[in-house]
Amino acid sequence: MRRITLPETGTFEAWRDAARSLLAADVPPEAVLWQRGAAEEDLFAEDALPPAGGGQVTVPRGFVDLARRVVWHRDPERFGLLYALLWALRRERGLLSDRGDPRVARLQGMAKAVGRDRHKMTAFVRFREIGEPEAPRRAFAAWFEPAHFIMEPVAPFFTDRFGDMDWTIATPDLTAVFEGGRLRFEAGQPRPPLPEDATEELWRTYFRSIFNPARLKVSAMTAEMPRKYWHNMPEAALIPGLIAGAGARAAEMAEALAGCRRCPLWRDATQAVPGEGPQDAKLMVVGEQPGDREDLAGRPFVGPAGQLFDRVAAEAGLDRGAAYVTNAVKHFKFRARGKRRLHRAPERDEIEHCRWWLDLERAGVRPRLILAMGATALASLTGSGAGLLRRRGGVEETEDGTPVLVTVHPSYLLRLPEDARAAEVARFRADLSRAAEITGCTL
Amino acid sequence: MAPMTLDRKLAILSDAAKYDASCASSGGQKRNSRDGKGLGSTTGSGICHAYTPDGRCISLLKILMTNFCIYDCAYCVNRVSSNVERARFSVEEVVRLTLEFYRRNYIEGLFLSSGIIRSPDDTMGEMVRIARSLREDHHFRGYIHLKTIPDAAPELIEAAGLFADRLSINVELPTDRSVQTYAPEKSPDRIRRAMADVRLRKEAGQERSHTGKRPPRFAPAGQSTQMIVGADGANDATILQSATRLYSGYRLKRVYYSAFSPIPDASSALPLVKPPLVREHRLYQADWLLRFYGFEVDEITAAAPGGNLDLGVDPKLAWALAHRERFPVDVNRAEREALLRVPGLGVKTVKRVLATRRHRALRYDDLRRMGANLKQARPFITLPDWTPRSMVDAADLRARVAPPPEQLSLF
Repeated sequence: MRRITLPETGTFEAWRDAARSLLAADVPPEAVLWQRGAAEEDLFAEDALPPAGGGQVTVPRGFVDLARRVVWHRDPERFGLLYALLWALRRERGLLSDRGDPRVARLQGMAKAVGRDRHKMTAFVRFREIGEPEAPRRAFAAWFEPAHFIMEPVAPFFTDRFGDMDWTIATPDLTAVFEGGRLRFEAGQPRPPLPEDATEELWRTYFRSIFNPARLKVSAMTAEMPRKYWHNMPEAALIPGLIAGAGARAAEMAEALAGCRRCPLWRDATQAVPGEGPQDAKLMVVGEQPGDREDLAGRPFVGPAGQLFDRVAAEAGLDRGAAYVTNAVKHFKFRARGKRRLHRAPERDEIEHCRWWLDLERAGVRPRLILAMGATALASLTGSGAGLLRRRGGVEETEDGTPVLVTVHPSYLLRLPEDARAAEVARFRADLSRAAEITGCTL
Repeated sequence: MAPMTLDRKLAILSDAAKYDASCASSGGQKRNSRDGKGLGSTTGSGICHAYTPDGRCISLLKILMTNFCIYDCAYCVNRVSSNVERARFSVEEVVRLTLEFYRRNYIEGLFLSSGIIRSPDDTMGEMVRIARSLREDHHFRGYIHLKTIPDAAPELIEAAGLFADRLSINVELPTDRSVQTYAPEKSPDRIRRAMADVRLRKEAGQERSHTGKRPPRFAPAGQSTQMIVGADGANDATILQSATRLYSGYRLKRVYYSAFSPIPDASSALPLVKPPLVREHRLYQADWLLRFYGFEVDEITAAAPGGNLDLGVDPKLAWALAHRERFPVDVNRAEREALLRVPGLGVKTVKRVLATRRHRALRYDDLRRMGANLKQARPFITLPDWTPRSMVDAADLRARVAPPPEQLSLF
């Protein structure tokens, strides 16, 4: 077994040279172990490269373009896969234009991922000024977290574009520094502190103003600008507020929600069920998901569990009309048995996908307290729904610091045997009156 | 009254520009600032630096120089009779905003438009000063798009074309009659003549003189225009015919269709409804079929009942459903033209099919890997391991391949 360690910069050239020598020495792909960065010991590794030499290797033109992109992918197998393809190309010259071949398709997929990542980096890097605005050569810096090792190949874009200023782009893998017209690379680093930049406020003003609230196409936005980039973009913090404030806020959202295809639950459901209640409610009540009745009616909390909630809320002195009631998941998930639809609990990723809508509702309503009913609501709001019965009655927090009062879901009470129910209903009532007390949503 | 802050002006004058659909920063010559003596580059393909929740891309700083206007176009929020808050940028302010945003990598460049103040020439003159200052004083090599005013003096349009990458003149509405009704100060004839003039100048800019010298490049990224959809009664057939005329007559790079947004404080002459976004989307799809898929405008509109595109399915699928006798198509034998007409196969997929076909026969899974939308394509194709049997003639074909109905907002 041969182990080849490629450097972190100039990776493509190093890979190309190594592949050339290996090919010339007739070393088959399965006898090579590739890695990037510092060399480590490997008991079975025989050393390095066969002596250089061996003439030119001719490859189809497309291969070099492919390899130039694939080497920057984060997949540890990329070097080996490239070499295996190179090996195969010696016998099957036409292989590369066969987009149906699984090996080629996989590498093309990697190349595409790298290309997309590079493009997104050129789009979403945001500089802040770190020097004097009056200096003859102004200085800027940025922090970015690319998905792949693309700082080096993407650097020429920035040198071409920002030729008359100094700049630094730090990433976890590599830092690019452009000073006095010369580019150099330094080690990667954690997020550096960057000074405030007043122009960001103007940019946010622009972003807010250019948005047309009469149109709302949230999925079109997130398809092109995935949320993982948001935390480094000064304008992104405005997005939830803009959506929530768009037009007749709730109606707009309900309409967008009706077309939600973020998870497959919409296929079997009748409709998505948005929340209901005053847009400035102090209390938000979050349940699990619409049930059979809710799915038909398109309104939350109208089935048996909702009726129980209403009854207990009235006893507890909680004004349901003053609260915004909604669900963590907006489509009914069920199993059809004969002519009946049996409730099924939503999975973790369904909760995760649907949190987008709950977050929008929260950003719009901005409640003072959220009542989380059941493990699903708790998971959506705090990230974990484990140990509900231990946590019930406690006040926790969402990521943004909104207090969350934990309680059980009314359908849990319905499932309890008759003798145990009364005591549990009393505890539920106590939780509701506490929520009413904290927020002042009393009858 | 205290002078207005830059922030406030920016808010007003970008808000006023948001009904403009264009955002492209593509095409044109490639430039860079590798020499260290300037700022900016253009790579030939634009970059979207951000997206707003309306799903639109932010590529350029899209602002009005001013929203004061002496015209009274019914569909426009800035018409003289509208009581919106007004503001005006100085030349220096626009230059500074463009450069500062550009340095922070927020934008690809500037898209400048303006209300008409005093006279068309005065307004156009000031816009040209902004472009000139960016290019000559600040050596700005990013993208500049100027919306030209059809009534301005030819010298000003000429100067605009020398500094800008792209010029545009809006036709505003699909028919001359609507323009006369809703934009009484604008003349469809003058708009067309101005577009013709831009085409001639651009072509003159490509010819070498007898000494072999090239004249300076004129609007290297070409010209575009915008049509507002849903403000008047024009149907899709009329709109697409009008677009075809513009593409062929004036070599436009793009025709933008902008769904008429109910504009705050809209004129009573126009309906106040939700913008017909689905219709706008279908028009763009039809526009693509015209430009990249070899469709004729009559073919698309023939399948469109009442002259309007089917909102439930895209125009290519609508055409295929109406021409089932042309299917199924043998993926391994059909001509490029026939493949391009299969729903679910795009230009890229067809290219890959043609390249691979030279070496071996394609199978069903190959198509999937090549990026075809097989759910749509399936009934319309045959492969060695796939035949649609009677699927293509089935009465419920539309229901099978059409996307599940969403809540469509019909205009």
